[in-house]
Amino acid sequence: MSIVHLETITKRFGDVTAVKELDLLIKEGEFFTFLGPSGCGKTTTLRMIAGFYYPTEGIVKFNERNMTTVSPENRNTGMVFQNYALFPHMTVFENVAFGLKVRKLSKEIIKEKVEDVLKKVRLEQYIDRQVSQLSGGQQQRVALARAIVIEPDILLLDEPLSNLDARLRDEMRTEILRLQQEYKITTIYVTHDQVEALTMSDRIAVFSHGVCQQVGTPTEIYNEPINDFVAEFIGETNLLSIDYVSKTPDLHSYQLCELDCKVEVKNDGANIAAYDQTDKLSMSIRPEAVIVSEKSLEGLNVFKGIVKIVQFTGAAVHTYVELNETVLIESTNLNKGPATYLNVGNEVYVQFPAEQIRVIPEMKKI
Amino acid sequence: MLNAERRKTILLLIPVFLILGGYVLYPALRTALESIHKNGVFSLQNYSDFFGAKAKANFEALWNSVWISLASVFFSACIGLPLAYIFNRYDFPGRKFFAGIAIMPIVLPSLVGVMAFMFLYGEAGLIPNAIKDIFNLKNVPFSIGGISGILLVHAYTMYPYFYMTSSSALGNIDPSLEEAASNLGASKFKVFWKVTFPLLTPGLVAAALLVFMVSMASFSAPFLLAGGFRVLSLQIYFSKINGDLEMAATQSVILSMVSISFLLFMRWYQSRKDYRMASKGIGAHRSEVNNPLLKWVMVSIGILAMIVLLLPHATLLILSLVPDGAWTWQTYPQSFNFENFILLFEDPYIWEPVKNSLIMAFLACIGVFIFGIFTSYALVKRKFFGKNLLDILVMIPWALPATVVGMNMILAFNTPSPFSFGKVLVGTFWILPLAYFVRFLPLVVRSTNAVLEQLDDSIEEAAQNLGAKWFYTFRKVVLPIIMPGVLSGTLLAFVQAVGEFPTSVLLYTIGNRPISIEIMNQLRMFNIGQAAAYGMIQVGLIAIVMFISSKFLGVKAEKSLG
Repeated sequence: MSIVHLETITKRFGDVTAVKELDLLIKEGEFFTFLGPSGCGKTTTLRMIAGFYYPTEGIVKFNERNMTTVSPENRNTGMVFQNYALFPHMTVFENVAFGLKVRKLSKEIIKEKVEDVLKKVRLEQYIDRQVSQLSGGQQQRVALARAIVIEPDILLLDEPLSNLDARLRDEMRTEILRLQQEYKITTIYVTHDQVEALTMSDRIAVFSHGVCQQVGTPTEIYNEPINDFVAEFIGETNLLSIDYVSKTPDLHSYQLCELDCKVEVKNDGANIAAYDQTDKLSMSIRPEAVIVSEKSLEGLNVFKGIVKIVQFTGAAVHTYVELNETVLIESTNLNKGPATYLNVGNEVYVQFPAEQIRVIPEMKKI
Repeated sequence: MLNAERRKTILLLIPVFLILGGYVLYPALRTALESIHKNGVFSLQNYSDFFGAKAKANFEALWNSVWISLASVFFSACIGLPLAYIFNRYDFPGRKFFAGIAIMPIVLPSLVGVMAFMFLYGEAGLIPNAIKDIFNLKNVPFSIGGISGILLVHAYTMYPYFYMTSSSALGNIDPSLEEAASNLGASKFKVFWKVTFPLLTPGLVAAALLVFMVSMASFSAPFLLAGGFRVLSLQIYFSKINGDLEMAATQSVILSMVSISFLLFMRWYQSRKDYRMASKGIGAHRSEVNNPLLKWVMVSIGILAMIVLLLPHATLLILSLVPDGAWTWQTYPQSFNFENFILLFEDPYIWEPVKNSLIMAFLACIGVFIFGIFTSYALVKRKFFGKNLLDILVMIPWALPATVVGMNMILAFNTPSPFSFGKVLVGTFWILPLAYFVRFLPLVVRSTNAVLEQLDDSIEEAAQNLGAKWFYTFRKVVLPIIMPGVLSGTLLAFVQAVGEFPTSVLLYTIGNRPISIEIMNQLRMFNIGQAAAYGMIQVGLIAIVMFISSKFLGVKAEKSLG
């Protein structure tokens, strides 16, 4: 088990900066996720931790040891690749035993350890199979077992679930979490899937364009995004541009640019992100926080609109309300039966509760 | 910063560049140098002689080579493409069997094939004489020789290039593309011209260039059939025999320029167009031929084609059973037995060429095997400056006509050089294994490249991540995975080296004369049976290698030729 410390890491490929001045401290035993769209630098960062790339600038430390230019085979990390990278000419046993053989353990110990870990991933009956004869989920578990069995200091997972179908993905998610908790290995997980990130992680780092935008627990990231990119990338949200107008001790007042009316936001750190004078501002409100009603509503931030689309997804109902030609607001409610569904074309009232709005600046461009 | 990765790459590249520089680049440069010398003094006299009026024969030979090659491309395409289309798109009884027969010309080594054609369709050939006897004609109705002979042999031996590339291209076309075109209202004819054919063109162009290059380089067919007809590859040989090494070098340079420009054109063309299919999971769709008349017409054509295709093989077999002196003035051979084969194993003098060929091919293949793996690994898996140069260096011996490779060897190693450890190699045993090594290196590199490109980088990374050092990873992970591809390439190189004629005829000595040279000698002495028996050994070896490749190495015979 190790602490991973990245100190102002920069990685350039030719003229392209893949990762820029990244500072991260990943704690011992933590399940840490790199989240971001493709090409955001998350995999590059993971590969620098594994040693497949060396940073152009900056230092990689495991505990207090400088690992910046240590070659991958001397790092004792266990990596699970996106395509699993199982050795096609070996059986399940040989694949899992590979790392132990390299470590020159005795045959009996290898056998014992492999059998033990295969039991943990519930593959003991497939021990002598060729890997090509396994299903996708089983191959995934072999890859996991192969990475875990060497008792790595850090477990690295590079989009491990992206090749699996939805149901299997759910199953493997719990499996990975269970194993991680059992072995208590510091784990770094790369994904572009925000649901995976939110459900599995202790902490998340959100990447965009090579820059780490925000680091925080899933609830922090979801509830208190620091800019419009994070707010939009994680979960659904309604994003409207605003300009600052005035403030009282309790409320800040902003002008909604597209609606030509004001919106009041609770004056609290949880509602107003840090920004400076020059920043362009937006307000974000999650669909589940938007109140939509056919009856007139009391209180702040009430607008009138027309129901455009009602989307039924089973557990929830999405209602899209048009406030004017450019503004369409999404509202999500749990399914409470047909009587509660709104009708398309009806005029309705929409409320943004002042304590549910988050004011955020635009992401800094590099 | 010179990190560990970079160090490994450089360590890998030093021997690769040394060997390629010493045995590919240096000989080629020596030839170029020789061509601009007249009697040891710098001069462009050779080139002005080549193109000038003084030696009209040279220019004529160049022109003949070019148009013979163009005609060969045309005839090969006319046979290969329709055959591929019929076998891939229609289902009729025996289709699979006929499709297997269609690639049989590739198991006939060129010299042996030409020999079989001579005895089949030549002046005294079995077919023309049989027709003459059956119909009671005064003279033979037809016979091949000269241009017609060369073209027939070329069409027969080279159409498989077209057949195989179009077959694999047709197999790769997603049927849903054609279905989509039909669905949008295109007629069958239109679907073929607007969808199928454009998708086939990259493969067809590649095959056309390949056939052009192979036929520019063709040596055995003109050697045995040309008569007074001149082609450039043969002129080189004559110049060398006449002792005019400088003119031979000039002719080599000109022939190489044609071949290398075609190689570069081919590389450019293949990089320009890439119709890789976007969809996965392609299923074959063949229309079944239901009309019974059409069905039987197709089957009979198939049977007829099969007989024509296998006649050379059959002829070779029959000839090999004719004992020495049993077929002299008669139209047809009279007696058959296994004497030639028995002699082969009992008479050490007759066995010697076989032994020589096997030993030299084996030596060349050990080199090609080891060196091919490392070169290919460097090419596919390592990043470095000058990769394109390495790629071209490796492919040069493939593009160069065998005669030119032979000339390069002569000119480079008839004087001591550091690459031959200060010894003269020409006239020794070692010159031939070295020539075979250079000639068949590209074959192994190409087949190894193909498997290495399939090997995802993450496999190596996974091994490294689990703690394995580079060499351990290479031994335990990379090698076992690529071995089938490497072995099939090496085996193919082996059988081709055993049958190699053009470089052998330029470089052999009495002590190391290989099979092909002995075949030539036996033909000169009209000992046809023994020559055919030697040929049968080669055919047998090729058949064994193809069987091993497809059975144990999982490599399709068609692919191994690529």
